[in-house]
Amino acid sequence: MSAQYKLVHCTINGKEVEKMVDVRASLTDMLRNDYHLTSVKKGCEVGECGACNVLINGEAFNSCIYLAVWAEGKDIRTLEGLLSPDGELSDIQKAFVEETAIQCGFCTPGFIMTAVEILETGKLYTDEELRKLLSGHLCRCTGYENIFRAVKKTMYRRHGKAIDF
Amino acid sequence: MNKVGKSEVRVDAFDKASGRTKYYEDRVPAGALYVRIKHAEIAHGMVKSVDTAAAEAIPGVVKVLTCFDVPDLPFPTAGHPWSMDPGHQDVADRHLLNRHVRYWGDDVAVVIAENEVAANQGVRALKVEYEALPFVLDVQEAMKDGAPLLHEEYPNNILKHTSSRLGNYEAAIKEPGLIKVEDWYDTPTVQHCHIENHGCFAWEENGRIVVVASTQIPHIIRRVVAQALGRPWGDVEIIKPYIGGGFGNKQDALYEPLCAWCCTQVGGRCVRLDCAREETFVSNRVRHAIRYHIVTWLKSDGTIHARKVECFSNQGAYASHGHSVVAKGMGSFPQHYPCPNMECDSYTVYTNRPTAGAMRGYGMPQASFADECNIEDCARALGMDSYEFRKKNVMEQGYHDGFSGNTNYYDTYRQCMAKAAEYIDFERKKKEFANDAGDVRRGIGMATFWYNTAVYPISLETSSNRMSLNLDGTVTFQCGETEIGQGADTAYAQMVAEVLGLKSYRDVHVVSCQDTDITPTGLGAYASRQTYVAGFSIQQTAGLLKEKILKYAQEVTRQAPGNMDIVDGEIVRKGDGMVLMPLSELAMTAQYNPVHSEHITAESTYTIRNNAYSFGCTIAEVEVDIPMCRVTVKNIVNVHDCGRLINPALAAAQVHGGMSMAIGYGLSEQLIFDEKTGKPLNGNLLDYKLSTFMDHPHLEAEFIENTEPTSPFGTKALGEPPACSGAPAIRNAILNATGVAINHNPINPHVLFAEFTKAGLIHDDWREEEK
Amino acid sequence: MYDMKALYEASSVEEAVALRVAHPEAQIIAGGSDVLVQMREGRRAGKELISIYGIDALRGVSLDAEEALRIGSLTSFSHITRDPLIQKYCNVLGEAVDQVGSPQIRNIGTIGGNTCNGVTSADSASTLHAYEAIVELTGQNGVRRLPIKDFYIKAGQVDIKPDEIQTAILIPKASWENTFGHYIKYGLRNAMEIATLGCSVNVRLSADKRTIERCRIAYGVAGPVPMRCPSAEAAANGAAPSKALAERFARAVIDDINPRDSWRASKAFRQHIAVEMAKRALTRAVELAGGEMA
Repeated sequence: MSAQYKLVHCTINGKEVEKMVDVRASLTDMLRNDYHLTSVKKGCEVGECGACNVLINGEAFNSCIYLAVWAEGKDIRTLEGLLSPDGELSDIQKAFVEETAIQCGFCTPGFIMTAVEILETGKLYTDEELRKLLSGHLCRCTGYENIFRAVKKTMYRRHGKAIDF
Repeated sequence: MNKVGKSEVRVDAFDKASGRTKYYEDRVPAGALYVRIKHAEIAHGMVKSVDTAAAEAIPGVVKVLTCFDVPDLPFPTAGHPWSMDPGHQDVADRHLLNRHVRYWGDDVAVVIAENEVAANQGVRALKVEYEALPFVLDVQEAMKDGAPLLHEEYPNNILKHTSSRLGNYEAAIKEPGLIKVEDWYDTPTVQHCHIENHGCFAWEENGRIVVVASTQIPHIIRRVVAQALGRPWGDVEIIKPYIGGGFGNKQDALYEPLCAWCCTQVGGRCVRLDCAREETFVSNRVRHAIRYHIVTWLKSDGTIHARKVECFSNQGAYASHGHSVVAKGMGSFPQHYPCPNMECDSYTVYTNRPTAGAMRGYGMPQASFADECNIEDCARALGMDSYEFRKKNVMEQGYHDGFSGNTNYYDTYRQCMAKAAEYIDFERKKKEFANDAGDVRRGIGMATFWYNTAVYPISLETSSNRMSLNLDGTVTFQCGETEIGQGADTAYAQMVAEVLGLKSYRDVHVVSCQDTDITPTGLGAYASRQTYVAGFSIQQTAGLLKEKILKYAQEVTRQAPGNMDIVDGEIVRKGDGMVLMPLSELAMTAQYNPVHSEHITAESTYTIRNNAYSFGCTIAEVEVDIPMCRVTVKNIVNVHDCGRLINPALAAAQVHGGMSMAIGYGLSEQLIFDEKTGKPLNGNLLDYKLSTFMDHPHLEAEFIENTEPTSPFGTKALGEPPACSGAPAIRNAILNATGVAINHNPINPHVLFAEFTKAGLIHDDWREEEK
Repeated sequence: MYDMKALYEASSVEEAVALRVAHPEAQIIAGGSDVLVQMREGRRAGKELISIYGIDALRGVSLDAEEALRIGSLTSFSHITRDPLIQKYCNVLGEAVDQVGSPQIRNIGTIGGNTCNGVTSADSASTLHAYEAIVELTGQNGVRRLPIKDFYIKAGQVDIKPDEIQTAILIPKASWENTFGHYIKYGLRNAMEIATLGCSVNVRLSADKRTIERCRIAYGVAGPVPMRCPSAEAAANGAAPSKALAERFARAVIDDINPRDSWRASKAFRQHIAVEMAKRALTRAVELAGGEMA
């Protein structure tokens, strides 16, 4: 017989945690309901909008279609984890603020986490590559224009390069 | 002015960037019951019975309610201000749950359960018996005698028909030598696709009902919930937290009334009703699909002599915003390209499609598409350059509309077109692209629009706000015009800081969350009015607050109020600029004065009896791969005259979003229905083709800042205008590239395949072999 | 919260096979990007699931003893695209699966799931058919291998026995050696898209690059299951690469494919773009192989 609940240990935003989790739960359910990480948004629940995106072992996943029990032993990061202990925004978050890349804010957490994955590869992508890497998120407010600028600007900054939009 | 006109950071940016911002679902209390809706699986018919036994037997199911249980209180849903004139009130044509099913997806029953899984299982376990009726999806079909009737009170399904006449069209077209350009133009059903779905939760508190909702219009929702439940308006409290976009869908009472009612049926326990994305597509609101028939009569000198415009608006199943949408679009024709003889008619027609309501642009993206396609075709019929034709015929400087009181104070259209043309290098590209003859051809096209900023004089236009001086010299600001992502709160902060003389817009604390128990009554976020209408009341209330501050300052400083001012958060003497005291000191003194204590606040309402034209244009450059039936937008620019910009960076961001929506409208977005069953086929984000990050070029937003004289801040509409002219500009660019005029959007590969085949640009020899 | 009756997790192939035998009604879930979506929409609601996502032994790409490319069934699309062996020997497969859905879907989606779905629109399917891939299945009685064309039975149905799971996909050396391919996905937008049609072409040129020694072409969505085009291949095999050949080759596709009318696209439209795609994919494949379309 399978159990209804299972103990899931994992690392969330740098902290080792464990909780009994309903095996039917998605990772979105677990992060929002059990860990109160409400930056993880629900926009479609079928992996099409990207609002629930989080990093699992450094890669971006739509947590809505990822079973919570699969989080066992994984390193999970959400937007909440990017703020420094003294409340400073990280460079990519600052870039979203500076470039007016945020409007309603609902797609923002997912986008920023994908941007983190992109930036952590340490590569300098072309515009076309960057657009493709960001294409797993839908946004109705921004036309993606300023989000593109925010990510590109941060990528260039990390490479110590001047940017030409 | 030094606080407005600056690209300040949004007041909510930090929280949104850090993930702290709370939307409705982030506030649902643990233990709330889940409400799930059983949606009809026929397009038209009567519910004969609902067998609830199996659902009720599911562990966790608390209650099942059906269309036979709801109060017989039809209610309207449109987010319009209440009208004291019964003839101008919105049509009340739906119940909380409906026995007469009028579209595939109509609300038939609900299951309330302790958890999500039980609620879903409950809905699947309901057995609904229907008496199916014939259905109709098309407007022209619905208007025919004998067509299936949706609402008995509306023969031929016509919700409303209005007309406007200018000159004498019939006489005018008899003039010899006129060139006639006639066609039909068709626009699709599209959806708003805000990334946060609509949802709400409700509970009873001290005998009243509290609803927290993802809405644009909390005060209007309060009224509609009360109407739907048959309760006094004061019994309802609506709280609006941050919302993840609205674009007009949430300018309607969606499921707040049903959620509130469900709460009352389970003893006032907290219930939550969360729309799934599929429900957002089908069972919320959509944009009206409007079909136009335009006949334009041209003189050989390149002027427009007479024009007939017929508009047929597909309302779907329920009235919602109804006729006002197509009427707004119809009203644009006589003013956009004025001509002496016009005959305009518009019809709003019920069909068995999802209900159409407000959506960014409110009838103008549709009208713009038809108008600007026809205008382009007129220029071609004359053998004239379409840019020249537009310059010759578009609304002139000084044009005045007696009804709205609008005046075109500047030669804005020509300024906008010139700026766009310069940015994109229009003339050179037009010449260069004319030589393209291969499989892949480039083209460039233009379209213009105008847009009314607010709703005066059609509806009440009012704005209220409250300002409280805090003890540290900052000001807390509240108003009913909501932040929905567009940046209204930041614009308010800048305007308040400006007129009060505060040091920074950061010294204004905008209460972003509206609560109808606390927030001054306002109408919410709709039209493109927030900044414009709030400007009037901000100026007025700030004047009152300032008067009180200086009056108190008189007690302390012994200076005459008229001789003092507030500059950068300090009270100064006008004559020599001497700083008398900081506002914080004044506030503390006033509050804690043992003899005369005063909490300095001001609140006022301003009834706006002005409106303002907002103008703009799009130029789009496309590449058309003819064999692949594919259009790529290579370059696109919007130029807007929305008066003075309060926050240029936020304004540009608004334009980007509207341009994106317009590109989708032009090329890819469309809700599709099965002709055989009336079932929507693509109500999800995979099959409904919203533009992705890879479907846009750089979006260029530019402005002509002609000060709007009626606005205290010189500003006017920008929220909706960017969605208006993009689609026809793309259509005209495709025409320029290929010579093929396509009169219905979205111009997707299927449409291109059919049109290119018809035009002989595509020739599949095997299809003839098959024949 | 998903409406599932029970979840069984396997951490090894043996466990998975045992669970298959013990729970014959249960559905296998790999990455879940299809199964969970179907469960949510009610199609698979209330079902038992056997999760094989935790079987790390099924991840990764290697060359086996016969120098076949061996792709573990749970290898994600993004890992396939980034894999050096794939890039070196069968880059077109990496490019094809780099067009699945979105970056996040490519991180969760697996090549095993993509093929076991049995759907014709799978972005990996046409390339796997065009490379005559071998599907490896493991059950109680050990390993069974079969050509991918036999693995697909009909729309939505593949040849997996009740005790089996798919454990690898192999691309034989004979398929990848000295072979260059190109995949074109036709969709209505450039990301987050299900293929209206997918076309994968690969060629092996003679040493002087003047002759197409072997050409293979396969489509997704041109019929109920992914399919090869024998007439088109016959037209190209042994021919000199040229624009005229590309036209002939593409035209021949019409004799092989059998797309249907659906609300997503008409048969006529799919036929039209199939021809155009064949032409463009062949041209690009020849270029990649160092040839020229004279």
